[in-house]
Amino acid sequence: MRLEFTEEEQAFREEVRAFVRDKLPAPIRDKVLNGFELSREDHILWQRTLHERGWGGVGWPKEFGGPGWNAVQQYIFEEETAQAGAPRLIPFGTKMVAPVIMAFGNAAQQRRFLPPISSGAEWWCQGYSEPGAGSDLAALKTRAVLQGDHYVVNGQKTWNTLGHFADWIFCLVRTDTAAKQQSGISFLLIDMKSAGITVRPIMLLDGGHEVNEIWFEDVKVPVENRIGDENKGWTYAKFLLGHERTNIAGIGAAKRELQRLKRIAATELKNGRPLSEDPLFAANIAQVEIDLWALEITNLRVLSKDRGSKAPGPEASILKIRGTEIAQRISELLMRAVGPYALPFRREAMAAGWQADPAREAPGPRYAATLAAAYMNQRKLSIFGGTNEIQMNIISKMIVGL
Amino acid sequence: MNFEFSDEQRQLHESVERYLADHYSFEKFRAINASPAGWDKAAWAGLGELGVLALNVPAAQGGLGFGPLETYGVMAACGKSLLLEPFLSSAVIATAMLRAWAEDAPAAELLARMASGTAIAALAHYEPGSRFESQWVTTRARKSGDGYTLDGHKAVVMHAGAADTLLVSARVCGEPRDAGGVSLFRIPRDAKGLVLDPYPTIDGQRAADVYLRGVQVPAGGRLGRDGGALPVIEAALDIGLAALCAEAVGVMQALVDATVAHAQSRQQFGVPIGRFQALQHRIADMLIHLEQARSMSYLAALRCTDENVSERRRALSAAKAVVGQSARFIGQQAVQLHGGMGMTDELIVSHWFKRLIAAELMFGDSDTHLQRYAALTREQETFNGSIGESGSGARSRQARSG
Repeated sequence: MRLEFTEEEQAFREEVRAFVRDKLPAPIRDKVLNGFELSREDHILWQRTLHERGWGGVGWPKEFGGPGWNAVQQYIFEEETAQAGAPRLIPFGTKMVAPVIMAFGNAAQQRRFLPPISSGAEWWCQGYSEPGAGSDLAALKTRAVLQGDHYVVNGQKTWNTLGHFADWIFCLVRTDTAAKQQSGISFLLIDMKSAGITVRPIMLLDGGHEVNEIWFEDVKVPVENRIGDENKGWTYAKFLLGHERTNIAGIGAAKRELQRLKRIAATELKNGRPLSEDPLFAANIAQVEIDLWALEITNLRVLSKDRGSKAPGPEASILKIRGTEIAQRISELLMRAVGPYALPFRREAMAAGWQADPAREAPGPRYAATLAAAYMNQRKLSIFGGTNEIQMNIISKMIVGL
Repeated sequence: MNFEFSDEQRQLHESVERYLADHYSFEKFRAINASPAGWDKAAWAGLGELGVLALNVPAAQGGLGFGPLETYGVMAACGKSLLLEPFLSSAVIATAMLRAWAEDAPAAELLARMASGTAIAALAHYEPGSRFESQWVTTRARKSGDGYTLDGHKAVVMHAGAADTLLVSARVCGEPRDAGGVSLFRIPRDAKGLVLDPYPTIDGQRAADVYLRGVQVPAGGRLGRDGGALPVIEAALDIGLAALCAEAVGVMQALVDATVAHAQSRQQFGVPIGRFQALQHRIADMLIHLEQARSMSYLAALRCTDENVSERRRALSAAKAVVGQSARFIGQQAVQLHGGMGMTDELIVSHWFKRLIAAELMFGDSDTHLQRYAALTREQETFNGSIGESGSGARSRQARSG
């Protein structure tokens, strides 16, 4: 048993660190480190930068143009890039649809779809949830009927993340209404420019536009855009859900946010002394830091055990639950660190470079502007990707088995 | 990075676990617990024959020269079997302390006898006013003739009654909180003026308050340099803390297993109670706590012999806080989920629970360690000038671990 990374892994960490230091544009870094909104262009620029280095397909094997990293290298990459202020990888392309295409798509699909994911030329989004199918995803109703060489799709998807930026959407659709729930579902790749698709924004509690409803009205999808067999989509979807192990706990981003919290707590004053010296606030920070440390080691345990197999155990659910709880706790402490200046809420202040009216003083420090909105936004963490309650069901099913 | 025990370590752990399962049943525990002495010489001799008492003794003194990782699984097995004999006190903590002076004949001779099980030693260090602060020593050692005269009061000395030798800390100069000026003395338990007030602790182990009333110690009874014992005592306590964390994880695992089995077999409303989601989620939560505690118990085992004292203590405080919090949660929930039966003396569950509650308090409760962690972290960041630098704390930790 040893905690240390190998020399090769350490060297790899240095390589990633140096790459981010040299190649991550300062304005993007500033946005991430201070919680300001990123544009579509920011994300694409970073994806292209990674691609040019041969790192566009994070998690991909070499045969599909990926860097061929093992789970530990991937973990190191994600930890280092997150801590240094790189944008999070939008997972829908590289980490969700790409592994499905590699595992179940045909050669033509692999040739057509994988390269533009790696290069950032095509942005993917996800069409899973529906108004009547959330945690019970297999209850989905969006219908696809085969007519000659194409499907005709009708229905509605919701909680679609960043679909207004997307070029393509991967969808679960019902192709057999007579079969049992899980067995009548197919996995389709749909061009967002297709006639009959309408994207409607859903405004969230933080005032942001991050998710959408997507309506499909007689949308024609060529049959060659179906992954694998008809009615086998549920198998592919499950594969996708169990796939993510290296970054599900979000250790790197949590470390970054914890450092931000410490920075702010050392700057904010309470009775003329730094807030970080307040015993209760200091204890709160210490607690979340300790919890994060425990989760980090748990994550490393899973990775080192997991180097070979990918069968999802209760570990992934544990990482998801604790990771989201810790991230939410940090966001709560961040908001509380700025005291009353968590209250002013101006949408325009969420964008980097916004200046208050020079004639008046800015309402509170620059770092305070986004904290309450971020706290609100982070409530999503325990809801998406399988709610934390569903994760608890998964764990108890595996250990209690009833 | 790897979190597997070596084959040799695993075989050792498994052989001790098997031995205790065969020779130290719950009935045996109850019988020993009900006896006046509260520990069993034959059981101790059995452990001696098995070789585990020699685990941490250097080879030069007839021991195996092993360390915390070998001790880990032995402690976990002791926890599961609720061992009442002074393994932790004598074969781990006192042994670790004597090892520091193994070049001196008295310590070497004592170690050799401890390795074979013919001698038992216990550390008498904490005092009524010290709570868990290891620097707080008021017991006085005054020069008298060639030797010393000791006066003072040592609080809750674990297994003092079973020990034939007490290792007693006393101040030769300075004030109660001074790091220097503390010496360690080797005193036969039947020495004149040494009075024990023995009692069982909440978990059925035995302890005593020890009064020193003009105890005469010859010059040869002092171990090591005069006034320089505190770092050695703290190093041994840290090794003990890591071992206690391992023991607690052994108990927690036993409680989770027992609770799962109970939920599967206990019927109410015509079904096993494990069918109820409220209970399923509670058990899942117990598992989550267990895995975080296990991660931190590994950290403690890996770091407890670190020569960088502040880094070592920071890691151990983080570990003890998480392990203690998990122990309390899992213990309480195990009792709760066993219903009325969990409250009974007849079921092993209540005894495991009490052992966990004792472990949570020993060497400092979770709050104490949370505070100590916060203070050490602050010290380190102030020293490094790195408060809130992106990734600083985590980075430096990473760098140190790699």
